[in-house]
Amino acid sequence: MFKWFADYVTYQLLHLPQGNHLADSLNFFLYDVPKIYFLLAVVVFLVAIIRTYLPPERIRRILSHEKEFIGNITAAALGIFTPFCTCSAIPLFIGMLESGVPLGVTMSFLVSSPTINEVALVMLWGLFGWRVAVIYILSGMFIAISSGFIIGRLKMERYVEEFVFKVKAQQEGFEEKLTWKDRLSYAAEYVREIFSQVWLYVLLGVGLGAFIHGYVPVEFVTRYAGNGNPFAVIIAVLIGVPLYSNAASTIPVVQALFSKGLALGTTLAFMMAVTALSLPEFIILRKVLKPRLLLTYFGTVAAGIIIIGYLFNLIL
Amino acid sequence: MEIKILGPGCPNCQDLERRVKQALQELNVQAEVVKVTDYAEIGKYIMTTPGVVINEKLKHEGKPLPRMEKIKEWIQEENK
Repeated sequence: MFKWFADYVTYQLLHLPQGNHLADSLNFFLYDVPKIYFLLAVVVFLVAIIRTYLPPERIRRILSHEKEFIGNITAAALGIFTPFCTCSAIPLFIGMLESGVPLGVTMSFLVSSPTINEVALVMLWGLFGWRVAVIYILSGMFIAISSGFIIGRLKMERYVEEFVFKVKAQQEGFEEKLTWKDRLSYAAEYVREIFSQVWLYVLLGVGLGAFIHGYVPVEFVTRYAGNGNPFAVIIAVLIGVPLYSNAASTIPVVQALFSKGLALGTTLAFMMAVTALSLPEFIILRKVLKPRLLLTYFGTVAAGIIIIGYLFNLIL
Repeated sequence: MEIKILGPGCPNCQDLERRVKQALQELNVQAEVVKVTDYAEIGKYIMTTPGVVINEKLKHEGKPLPRMEKIKEWIQEENK
């Protein structure tokens, strides 16, 4: 359906010849933008419905009953459905530690929550297909579980700022009984909000991606960042970290580079570095973590991303 | 009336503050709007930002942000 629309506009309505750079770019743009908007609406809506069953209060309760390891896995899985940016997840992080959730388990949640989010998934699904989206989820969970587990083993509790353990929640958070109508209207509201935040970035990202598709030659990418370059993954991570988590505009550009010969492992590593690690996040986390723990956190996550990158470059 | 906006200063919190101030203006109600950015303080009320507390009563937590009509409702409730 989306393909038909793109072909119709490019070749019938505008009479552009096939194989021409402009036609290629335009066709790509017209195909991807409606498709992504459609997926975004459907996926965000469904995730939002699931989320109404997982208010932060409940996540805290679930995780406070878990032991290490199983707890790390549960935390990483719950993080998928709660795409909090780091700044909005910190009060939950504080609440979890205060109610006795092990530090390593909270770390798994803190990694998984921003890394695996519905906007990134939609962009991956729409542009790379569902297989890559699934690989992304599994790799993200792997990194969240392993880095959380390592930090737990290192017993770094004393490197959390002292005030965190002293915060006592005065009020019980809301846990009202929700009707189906409430859940649906919550989800609709969520879709509206996500749309108002990302529609422009999708447009810009896909636009730039479309330009690369049509005009940048394949040799350009393979020469600098193809499989032949052993440092490609590390360079990708170093570039990705300072870019602040905007999956909507990053992923289309990365996909275009991927189609021009960028290796999948390098591609994944770059996207994860963009979503999981960022400078603003570093600054926010510094408020609750002492430098040593903060560096360990960034170090283990970055190492995990680099390993994933090389692993996929090796096996694919 | 005292209205606390809970959030570390991310775009969502700023947007919420704008909406609250606009609601107050449209209703022509006087209130003290306080921005709470300290996580130790935020953690007393909520688990996910941003949040709204009016006269020490928690009104809202998390995303999506409350609609204008909702904010006006709270203000009118507390303004009686």
